[in-house]
Amino acid sequence: MSARTRKWQEKLGFGILIAATAFVILVLIVILHDIFSKGAGVLSWEFITSKPRKGMTEGGIWPAIVGTFWVSLVTVVFTVPAGLFAAIYLNEYAAQNRLVRVIRLAIRNLSGVPSIVYGLFGFTLFIMILRINLSVLAGGLTLGLLTLPWTITASEEALKTVPMSYREGALALGATKWQTIRTNVLPYAVPGMLTGTILGLARAAGETAPILFTGAAFFWPLLPSFPKVLTSQFMALPYHLFIMATQHHAIVKVRPIAYGTAAVLIGLILIMNAAAVYIRYRFRKKYKRL
Amino acid sequence: MEGVNVDNPQSAGIGRVRAWRRFREKAIETFFLANGLFAVLVLLAIFSMLFTEGWPALKRVPFGEWVMSTEWDPTSPVRESYGILALIVSTLMVSIGALILAVPLGIACAAYIADVAPARVREIVKPVIEILAGIPSVVVGFFGLVVLGPLLAKAFHAGNGLNGVNGSILLAVMALPTIMSVSEDAIVSVPQELKNASLALGATRWQTLMRVTLPAALSGIVASVMLGMGRAIGETMTVLMACGNAPAMPHSFLDPVRTMTATIAIELGETVQGSTHFHSLFVIAFFLFLMTFAVNLVSDIILQRVRKRMGGA
Repeated sequence: MSARTRKWQEKLGFGILIAATAFVILVLIVILHDIFSKGAGVLSWEFITSKPRKGMTEGGIWPAIVGTFWVSLVTVVFTVPAGLFAAIYLNEYAAQNRLVRVIRLAIRNLSGVPSIVYGLFGFTLFIMILRINLSVLAGGLTLGLLTLPWTITASEEALKTVPMSYREGALALGATKWQTIRTNVLPYAVPGMLTGTILGLARAAGETAPILFTGAAFFWPLLPSFPKVLTSQFMALPYHLFIMATQHHAIVKVRPIAYGTAAVLIGLILIMNAAAVYIRYRFRKKYKRL
Repeated sequence: MEGVNVDNPQSAGIGRVRAWRRFREKAIETFFLANGLFAVLVLLAIFSMLFTEGWPALKRVPFGEWVMSTEWDPTSPVRESYGILALIVSTLMVSIGALILAVPLGIACAAYIADVAPARVREIVKPVIEILAGIPSVVVGFFGLVVLGPLLAKAFHAGNGLNGVNGSILLAVMALPTIMSVSEDAIVSVPQELKNASLALGATRWQTLMRVTLPAALSGIVASVMLGMGRAIGETMTVLMACGNAPAMPHSFLDPVRTMTATIAIELGETVQGSTHFHSLFVIAFFLFLMTFAVNLVSDIILQRVRKRMGGA
């Protein structure tokens, strides 16, 4: 092959790769554009802050936003400590033995378990065995189990970014292992963990299958205030979108509301992702200075 | 300074402090270990829950019927039938359809980002494509229902457009970020010496990519495809909303299909708790779990081997 044909071959090949990448980005733009352009029609302050009215054919989605907030809160309160503690063991204490390999294998496999199976598991464990009502608590804990492997992995990544010398410094001064972790490791891993937590939260907030059978309600406009809210059923943004798109008696009429719900849900998730990326960026810059 | 010497055996008080300290350290370590073991516990609990809840149905219906029969009709007044073959085939069909679309695209994107794109472009393109991973499955399903469905209906004259093709396209979108990011890792971790050797022999960057870099990264790429497959098999809301949900053996991609995940999601709310129908849904979930577990395990083994080899090189 002459040098010229090879040069052309390379141009063509790279062109195909660029086209493929551009195509994927185009798909993303088409989806986002469709949701936001058609959702923009109903988006208003009133849509966000008012309740559904007239058999959910009018009004807003405030109860679904509040429901998503509470469920996500339960998820975080459960999954962040559990994930962090497990990550501390794996990154700070664990030796390379069979037990640790089993734990890591379990974590990787948990992250591959389908979300609907988590839904069934939550339903069996919390509703049938533990007899918790269909509730924010049951839904949040189910999502908590789902996010656990992500939280462990994210926390471990955060712990790994803390330089070894920080630990060695403390240990050399006679600090115990736990004192070292508490004073010289955890404080520096906080931003990384925060990033991981927000990303996990964004994914949990968009999940539907795990809350189908553990507490999400078709219509539940009034959530009680704090401790009681935990034992109440709830509306959630992704479930509300599912209902509005497939289960409502007047599907065509409520389509704009479905679009509005989708836009709010994606908007929320994009904001959370942006926050996570920003924190990571700030963190990286700070570390460069250290 | 004698008093603070913790190695002084004469100082009983300090000895007690040391014992307490050692005990506390051990207790803390055990506490963290318990949290690590919790993940193992959850996995075992999920497995045993699926099995014990599925067992009553597995016992009642002959095993041959589950995997050989294509007839799924647990609520039939005449004769209830529990064949899940059609559901398994539908699940595999939409997943493989998704891979046919997502694998070439995903690998091409990964190769571009890892090997071709200038650093500035990479810094922008990578996070942009990662946004795709953040779109909830229910939104993707909604898009399939209201945009892609009507489009396909017009293009193929296929009813309402809620069918296997629709599901495959959407699942491709969902599996793409996984395939892309794991493949990219594999391509990036190919040693620079290999590429340099090829370039030094006069190969172009394209020839190097196709004949050296990609073959060297092949096992990682295969692992990414398996992970994407696992993701597609386990996806629920997307296929539930966009595939048409007819529980029959599909004859083509243009037939409406109903996957295993969608069946569970549709029927659990409608069954009587404790009935054979109720338990049969756990059997479906059990098979689903085994399928995703196997796929993930294979990709895991491949990735471990790659890591060992790259670490050793």
